[in-house]
Amino acid sequence: MPSKKSQAREAQPNPPIEQAEGPPAPDPVPPVQLLYCSVCSFPPEYCEFGSSLTRCKEWLKDKHSSLFDKYYSDDALSTKLGTLSMEAQAKLEKDTAKKEAKAEAKADAALKKKLASQVTIKRIERNKRKHVTSIHGLEAFGVDLKKAAKQFSSKFATGSSVTKNLQGQDEIIVQGDVSDEILEMIETEAGVLKGIPADNVEIVEEKKKKGGD
Amino acid sequence: MFKKFADTWTDLGRFSPATDIAGQTPVKSSVQRAIRAAVLAQWKIEPETLEAIWPKKEGLVHVKWCVRAQRQREHVSVYTVHGEPLIIQHFDGPYYPTLRLLHKYPYILPKVGVDRGAIRFLLGGAPMMCPGLTSKGGYLPPPESALPAGTAVAIHAEGKEHAVGIGLTKLGTEEMRRVNKDVGVEVATYLGDDLWALKSL
Repeated sequence: MPSKKSQAREAQPNPPIEQAEGPPAPDPVPPVQLLYCSVCSFPPEYCEFGSSLTRCKEWLKDKHSSLFDKYYSDDALSTKLGTLSMEAQAKLEKDTAKKEAKAEAKADAALKKKLASQVTIKRIERNKRKHVTSIHGLEAFGVDLKKAAKQFSSKFATGSSVTKNLQGQDEIIVQGDVSDEILEMIETEAGVLKGIPADNVEIVEEKKKKGGD
Repeated sequence: MFKKFADTWTDLGRFSPATDIAGQTPVKSSVQRAIRAAVLAQWKIEPETLEAIWPKKEGLVHVKWCVRAQRQREHVSVYTVHGEPLIIQHFDGPYYPTLRLLHKYPYILPKVGVDRGAIRFLLGGAPMMCPGLTSKGGYLPPPESALPAGTAVAIHAEGKEHAVGIGLTKLGTEEMRRVNKDVGVEVATYLGDDLWALKSL
């Protein structure tokens, strides 16, 4: 077992829970300051079991070189073998490499999918001269729909909400015909609308069917 | 408990807060008192430290988490303070700290250790088998401080400083030594599961 005595580590990314409150009676035991890998979110000693070891290593070397030496220097590597046999270790390494490749392929596929996904801005006719605009597909680009809706409503001073369409997918409905303005906002990456390639945005129009309800 | 499932039944392997959180409710102060008492009794934690983690004035929020376990849904209670998960409980079981909390206060749960070979299984969410705990790289508390079955334990790993998971002993530690077969510790939460992925609720 490793000793649980912790060295004073660097500040962790997420701040510790507030310490100020509470009666001044015997002091509360301070929390262990612990660093998490910013790539895979594990404590750095567990990076080797994650799916992004190479990137984790780079990050650690770059940001916290002392820790890098601690975990990845030759001594550390030989001691950490511990009771595990050489073959088992080799197998583990092979597995890790495989896992890493897999995760990379997955990330690639996800990125491709993201790049291929479309944002549709649809102008829907309410009656002859009134329209609403529905924006569909923003969530694929990691946009918070609620926040985007809020942004639209404050920008255009009209109602804007997140609703489910007939297929049960979320979309933003903005009152009024604002499709061109929204396209412009996407192009200029206003507010929360970041990272959407303008080529992926299409504007369509939906006319009310004649004699319909 | 927070295992990532690629579930064939629902075809929704990943956790998404919109569908899997059944509700968030503030906890009644009488219930909070009961939880606080239970936590103080179950964990090795000083009242002052608990006070620092979870100040009396701050209300606890009970988040009901729908966990898909194989083919049925199970509810796990996650208690949060300021949106940060602190305490988890499955049904009427013991209270567990979350792994992030355990990392900050590593002494609050009794320790067991697994050998290096078991780490990757643990990170896949498998329960810990006795041989992994009794082998040379593993660690079980000495006989004089043996743990009974059904104790919440911090699972540490050979050669690592920080805990890798939190589990519930299925057998007493002495029994594990004797039987040395099958599941010794059920895993409640581990590094990289859905609860870990979620920093705040």
